[in-house]
Amino acid sequence: MPDMTAMVDAAEVARLEEVARRIRVGVVRGVNQAKAGHLGGPLSAADVLAALYFHVMRIRPDEPDWPDRDRFVLSKGHSSIGLYAALALRGYFPVEELLTFDSLGSRLQGHPDMTRLPGLDMSTGSLGMGISAALGIALGCRLAGRDARAFVMLGDGECQEGEVWEAAFLAPRYGLDNLIVIVDHNKLQQYGWPGEGPDDRLPPAWPGELVAKWSAFGWRVLEVDGHDMAAVVRVLEQAAAGDGRPVAIIANTIKGRGVSFMEGRYYWHTRTLTAEEFATAMAELGEPVTNPAGGAA
Amino acid sequence: MTLLMGRAMRDVFGQTVTELAGLDPRIVMLDADTASSTKADIFAKAYPDRFLEMGLAEQNMLGVAAGLATTGFVPFVSTFVAFAVVRPLDQIRVLIAQTGLNVKICGGYAGLFTGAAGKTHLIVDDLSIMRAMPGMVTVAPGDDVEAEQVLRWAASYKGPVYVRLVRDATQRLFDETYAFAPGRAVVVRDGGDVTLVSTGTQTPRVVDAADLLAARGIDAHVLHVPTLKPLDVPAIVAAADRTRMVVTVEEGTVIGGLGGAVSETLSEHRPTLVKRIGLQDVYGESASNSELLELYGLSAARVADQVQALLEARTIAGHAAHAIPLP
Repeated sequence: MPDMTAMVDAAEVARLEEVARRIRVGVVRGVNQAKAGHLGGPLSAADVLAALYFHVMRIRPDEPDWPDRDRFVLSKGHSSIGLYAALALRGYFPVEELLTFDSLGSRLQGHPDMTRLPGLDMSTGSLGMGISAALGIALGCRLAGRDARAFVMLGDGECQEGEVWEAAFLAPRYGLDNLIVIVDHNKLQQYGWPGEGPDDRLPPAWPGELVAKWSAFGWRVLEVDGHDMAAVVRVLEQAAAGDGRPVAIIANTIKGRGVSFMEGRYYWHTRTLTAEEFATAMAELGEPVTNPAGGAA
Repeated sequence: MTLLMGRAMRDVFGQTVTELAGLDPRIVMLDADTASSTKADIFAKAYPDRFLEMGLAEQNMLGVAAGLATTGFVPFVSTFVAFAVVRPLDQIRVLIAQTGLNVKICGGYAGLFTGAAGKTHLIVDDLSIMRAMPGMVTVAPGDDVEAEQVLRWAASYKGPVYVRLVRDATQRLFDETYAFAPGRAVVVRDGGDVTLVSTGTQTPRVVDAADLLAARGIDAHVLHVPTLKPLDVPAIVAAADRTRMVVTVEEGTVIGGLGGAVSETLSEHRPTLVKRIGLQDVYGESASNSELLELYGLSAARVADQVQALLEARTIAGHAAHAIPLP
């Protein structure tokens, strides 16, 4: 029997889906303008980012340092443009600023730099580190008596870093149920190991492997279709109801989600778009460009 | 006159940070399973709720410290230098130095005195590494009196600090009237023949070496540099002006640490002949403290002999000699 208390209003789902679409537009536009950055990862993460920043997290965009806010750490820092798009849409800074991504003097660095951009709760970019910082944030909020949660998004490839499992070992020892890991399980990493076909790569983790490992480390593990907005919201709300264990949400996603020719293709991890590819991508995302050569449209 | 022994720096560490925690509820201690060695266990007994055992997971520990700092706490991170600095170096770089977060990295068992642990634990290049890192204040206290003051200052300063702490009791350099000033070097002995620049707990041995040299008719000037970064450039230049010859002495590699810092400074501001005494591009090994000091030429007698030989070679070569001969 479905849990009626966890039902998400259809209009709210539609609103969040529209936010996710606009995050993806920001990602493609920002990367196209910069001729640098990552596409596959931010696109797979967009739905979760929309749910977090527009529904789940208790935040004040006009007071980014609000001490009682929920925090978000993008441990997979190379998906920065996705986070920037979410922050901009949420009102932390003007959406037009997304087009400064990666350019000299921009607050929107290739990887998130908290010293430059208000709203970033941690600097990340060297994989495996964000979870430790989020653990520290969760512990600090606990020690300070603040009812705040630390959300942290990891890549599935990132889970190959040893530091992830150092943190995974420690968090249950402190009973940090205000620490919520979301693994963006998009089944691909930058290069990885060869699969069957010439463009096929093996997944960073086997089916079921992440669930088994996080469970074995003593975490409460939840699994979700990371592109089903209602399910994403529901699982994030479930995660909030702490039972003394830290929470790991395995979000099953598709790398490059939303742009047909990028979906499931490892080489779109980071790659520049031709004018035609940009036009196709924008059309598929519902924002056809009249000037395919330019990203500033 | 040989300097008397002070308290063991690790005891000073445990007691001082515990005292500071009594004054400042934001202070927390993070340990990587070495508290009984580093004396962070003193803190654990006094403030169990703010003593955060991180287990044998140092990379995670430095990241947790960064996260805690963003929530307003002042984390003191404690373990051996090998595991506080070198192992989690990228975490320090990305999460602490690049962010400027308020984390105090306290590396115990610095220098040669590791309880005969050998080369894995005897870190020769922590000062070279930390002073090269943008944004990292790097301090090597000279004795127990200075160590206590450095820790008090570090707690009051907002930003990343590396404090290099020694395991065993070392000679006392300062009395209670001493006042540590961050970024300032201290003349601990006046002299006119040669300047000996030292850092950390090597300085007391250099003062003893200066006494030995005095008995041989050599009047050495001794400059103690507790803060490797920011470096007291005017004090180093002034010392070079005074004696026209400088010898650096450090309990670590001569590459990139104090010897490197002094050479860089004088090359730019006052080209001066600099001789660097310390570990000559080698790792350490297991032996007693006194044996290691002899082996690497860092005992007072060995320092005095090296300085005397250098001055004699220079006198024989005449004033035209501007360089130490190649080996």
